[in-house]
Amino acid sequence: MSLAEAEAFEISIEATDDTGGRWSEAWQRLRRNPSAVVGAGLVLVFVLVAVFASTLAPDSPNAADLSHLRPGYIPGPSAHHLLGLDQQGRDELSRILYGARYSLLIGVVSLSIGASAGVLIGAVAGAVGGWVDNVLMRLMDIMLSIPGLLFAIGVAALLGRNLQSVMIAIAVVNVPIFARLLRSSMLGQRDSDYALAARSVGVKRWRIAVQHLLPNALAPVIVQGTLALATAIIDAAGLAFLGLGSADPGTPEWGRMLAETQSFLQSSVQLALFPGLAIVLSVLGFNLFGDALREALDPKLRR
Amino acid sequence: MLKFIVRRLVQLIPILIGLSILVFVWIRALPGGPADALLGERATPAKVAQVRHLYGLDRPLYRQYISYLDRTVHLDFGQSISTQRSVSNEIRRRFPATIELSLAAMVFAVGIGIPLGVLAAKRYLAWFDHVSMAGSLLGISVPVFFLAFLLKYIFAVKLHWLPSIGRLDATRVTSHPTGFYVLDAIVTGDGGAFVDAVRHLILPAVALGTIPLAIVARITRASVLEVLNEDYVRSARAKGMTSRTVDRRHVLRNAMLPVTTIVGLQSGLLLSGAVLTEIVFSWGGMGSFLEQAVFARDFPVLQGGILFLAIVFVVVNLLVDLTYGFLDPRIRVT
Amino acid sequence: MTKTVPRLVAALAVLGLISAACGSSSKKTAANGTSTTAAPAGKAGGTLVFGTSSDPISMDGILISDGESIRVITQIFETLVTTKPGGTDIVPSLAKSWQSSPDGLAWTFNLQQSVNFQDGTPFNAAAVCFNFNRWFNFKGVLQSSSLSYYWSTVFGGFAHTENTNDVPADSLYKSCDAKDTNTAVINLTKPSSAFLAGLANPAFAMSSPDALTKYHADDVTGTGDAPKFNGTFGSQHPIGTGPFMLDTFTPNNQLVMKRYDGYWGKKAILDRLIFKPIADGPARRQALESGEIQGYDLVNPADVSALSGAGFQILNRPAFNVGYVGFNQAKPPLDNPKIRQAIAYALNRSALVKAKYPANAVVAKEFMPPSLFGYSSDVTQYNYDPAKAKQLIADSGVANPTIEFWYPTNVSRPYMPDPSSNFQAFKADLEAVGFKIVPKSAPWSPDYVHSVDAGSAQMYLLGWTGDYGDPDDFVGVFFRTKQKAWGFDNAAIFSALDAARTETDQQKRIADYQAANKLIMDFLPGVPYVHTQPNLALTKKVQGLVPSPVGPANEGFSTVSVG
Repeated sequence: MSLAEAEAFEISIEATDDTGGRWSEAWQRLRRNPSAVVGAGLVLVFVLVAVFASTLAPDSPNAADLSHLRPGYIPGPSAHHLLGLDQQGRDELSRILYGARYSLLIGVVSLSIGASAGVLIGAVAGAVGGWVDNVLMRLMDIMLSIPGLLFAIGVAALLGRNLQSVMIAIAVVNVPIFARLLRSSMLGQRDSDYALAARSVGVKRWRIAVQHLLPNALAPVIVQGTLALATAIIDAAGLAFLGLGSADPGTPEWGRMLAETQSFLQSSVQLALFPGLAIVLSVLGFNLFGDALREALDPKLRR
Repeated sequence: MLKFIVRRLVQLIPILIGLSILVFVWIRALPGGPADALLGERATPAKVAQVRHLYGLDRPLYRQYISYLDRTVHLDFGQSISTQRSVSNEIRRRFPATIELSLAAMVFAVGIGIPLGVLAAKRYLAWFDHVSMAGSLLGISVPVFFLAFLLKYIFAVKLHWLPSIGRLDATRVTSHPTGFYVLDAIVTGDGGAFVDAVRHLILPAVALGTIPLAIVARITRASVLEVLNEDYVRSARAKGMTSRTVDRRHVLRNAMLPVTTIVGLQSGLLLSGAVLTEIVFSWGGMGSFLEQAVFARDFPVLQGGILFLAIVFVVVNLLVDLTYGFLDPRIRVT
Repeated sequence: MTKTVPRLVAALAVLGLISAACGSSSKKTAANGTSTTAAPAGKAGGTLVFGTSSDPISMDGILISDGESIRVITQIFETLVTTKPGGTDIVPSLAKSWQSSPDGLAWTFNLQQSVNFQDGTPFNAAAVCFNFNRWFNFKGVLQSSSLSYYWSTVFGGFAHTENTNDVPADSLYKSCDAKDTNTAVINLTKPSSAFLAGLANPAFAMSSPDALTKYHADDVTGTGDAPKFNGTFGSQHPIGTGPFMLDTFTPNNQLVMKRYDGYWGKKAILDRLIFKPIADGPARRQALESGEIQGYDLVNPADVSALSGAGFQILNRPAFNVGYVGFNQAKPPLDNPKIRQAIAYALNRSALVKAKYPANAVVAKEFMPPSLFGYSSDVTQYNYDPAKAKQLIADSGVANPTIEFWYPTNVSRPYMPDPSSNFQAFKADLEAVGFKIVPKSAPWSPDYVHSVDAGSAQMYLLGWTGDYGDPDDFVGVFFRTKQKAWGFDNAAIFSALDAARTETDQQKRIADYQAANKLIMDFLPGVPYVHTQPNLALTKKVQGLVPSPVGPANEGFSTVSVG
């Protein structure tokens, strides 16, 4: 279980009807929370780096110059190459910057797929109920019965070595988490006064679900999504560490960069340190922000 | 209580059946089917037919499933493509290593995480609370293999305080009645082996246990905070009970319930994380077994290994549920 | 061997790094009674723990072809003839001497006397014939080329070759006569010069007939790709005549051997020899540094200078390999000679060799090492020249040439310590002159080697470590016949190599091979780029290990001491 999964357990945001007030209040609370500010800052830097990598990077991530390397020697940081060269004679800084792009891409794509599918399944289960709910949720239980990363390994190994399979693998792992979250959040509201009133005047069940229950269930999904992004980045790195990832070994993906420096650990520990820190900082950003968001949206803490 | 246990066990059945179907379908979802996957680039129509027959893939699907189920129930996961060894035997041999590592990590996580969480809750919003919670968020944000790298680099490679790889020194000759090396050393009364095994265990366990530690600390803090606000705690305080007595009688006991569940859920993280940790420390458990299988596209090993770990995960959570029910009688009724 | 070699080898490679497998012989030293090693006699006794990359697949020599199995077999078993320590010359071992009949069809081996197997049974002519007949009469899955690779390489087919297996129908082997206790005669179906050198390979180790039978060595089921060894000869009861015998084998943990005190030759110095499998390269180095092991093979070139700086010994094996970029000409545009030349000029081979290989590695000019006879120093050379490469592409008439470039994962070979690194360097070189490169990779075992051999790879990284000292084991293996991996049909090259192989006059043979090498490098079927001297690392105290050009196959530990 990752933090995201733990939080899913921890999160029990109660539904309220004052949707607008809730968000603006949450915003106020977020602004006052230093860890939210730090988290948001890290996330912002990460996103900006990912988007503007090609402008920011001093060099191409693939331009290699082996002439400065000798067996057992890789030049470290210098004025010319701020983070030094990597084991192929490429500029490490440029590769770290471009790496943000891959992390963001994998995170966002896998999460969009996973969360959408999960939300859909959870919404259908929550709205329709009955045997449909039962079948869908048992299916989710089964998926949850395989530890996350192992599940992802299985899926990615099946689909082969490429970025898409990593995205799909991480997406699949996220599906049951979101499905459960959304369903329980909707169930919590089903007996709310609003829903009961709407039903009594003959509003159709799916309509109540779409117009009322779903928007209110979004808060936990957003919190969960932020935290799941952190997990997605870590999981992608873990899969890359296991050799599952892009077919091109030159891809500047943090997890792969870290994995590939295993044999240089003793002589050039900086090559493990930089991508490792990049992962830690971006993951920390999402975790800090997501955690603060949860606190901000949690009515229990508003007392 | 008995009824509760029986009900939980019955609930387990659809999960296990579903799990078996999922894994059964998984290997059949391979492009070109399992025979192609087994043969890889060597697949010729004749060889595919041969392998299909060998593995019974030419029989009707439901019969394949029944025989697969039959073999799985008998813990027969077939044979590894790359080592030709029986997957079940390999699992039997390697599993204790993973469990030993996971248990050590759990002891580390719980042993430090719970006191940390309780302390943070009692110092709610004080600097200790802030520091330990920020620290735990940082802990959660470090990929387990990166932490393993760092620990290995600092404490083994640079400082030479602890061994960097394996479960025992290569030269140590000792018997392994249980496969749990620390336990083996105790059983056989071998003091040297005990020290050796524990020294090898420290770094991997700390690396693997750090994320669970952070999570356990956070959950403990959250549940203790919640309990502290409960009426019965307030009234106990109001009645003049000493803070220590209140803690023991009410706060800890009630706060431990969600923590128990989290500890159960953590077993999934431990099993996943163990895969990566074991690789860094050349720990001969399930992790390195699966890693090799990923590289070799050794599907029988992946299938058997993942299914086995999933079953372990399910069973651990069942045990946690039962413990939970035991601790909190309310659960049994619902 | 190595390159073509089979899934098994490859299988192993997956576990980490594998060594140059290769063939040749087994024990040596005591071979002809007088030790040829310059090893200083160390203090007797002690235990050596040596780090390997994986467990042996089996200790039944005839069934394996991977380096780690060979490494163990070489300690426990002996062959009739062997190669000189540190070299490739054939010298006596279990056979004191031998002579062939004038027609070259009957080979008489005079055996060492009063040699006993480790189970106490006598080694004699009957045992020799038992072993040969066992191999010749293999049935079913045992015939598959992945199991009896060396038999099919040296002898071809079996008594009853089954057409389901991928081996030649005819056999070079005809029969074996035990003329008297210590004289065995091997009869061949046709004369062969490669036969004797082939026998030095540990695959042809003499096993105790009693033990083979008692422990059901031939009880193998499953398929060639996934054999199931039901007997225990190869896993728990390997019984040979060598200086060490198996004590205990705990897979994935350690393989413990002890001195065989009944050994007929010079007895081993060590009491115990432990092979400890450590799949992870950096982990091997750390285990050496922490003192958990006293030596290991497959040293990462990047670690060499640090290790020797820290006071460890680095042993170099004589260069007997070649790393190359292979072209499959069946896949255009590689059929276009200008494109092949453009690639050759585009690759900055010396930059790669300088950056990634130990100082004693050299840039290859042709497909065999310089130490081997028949090497030609004036073949056509393609020195790094990106401008020329661009020009050649322009001249070739191929617009935007796109190439699928294959590299193996999870393998490390002396000629290719880090394939992904070589791939990335060459990819950058090729993209710089205008090629579009599509990366393709597969795990070395089982997929990569098969993709290449089956002709599915367009351009690929590969290499070869020699089994024995003959050019036919290099260029002959590659280019004597039409092969799917290369995808070309060049009668001139095929016949030149065929003639060179059968030539009996050594001087003419040398000239033939030199001429063939020139032909080959003009035609440019691939780009050879490196010859390396693979390394072993040992602590200062370990003495007496003689590195062999053919690797673990001829590195016996009986002369090794731990001070």
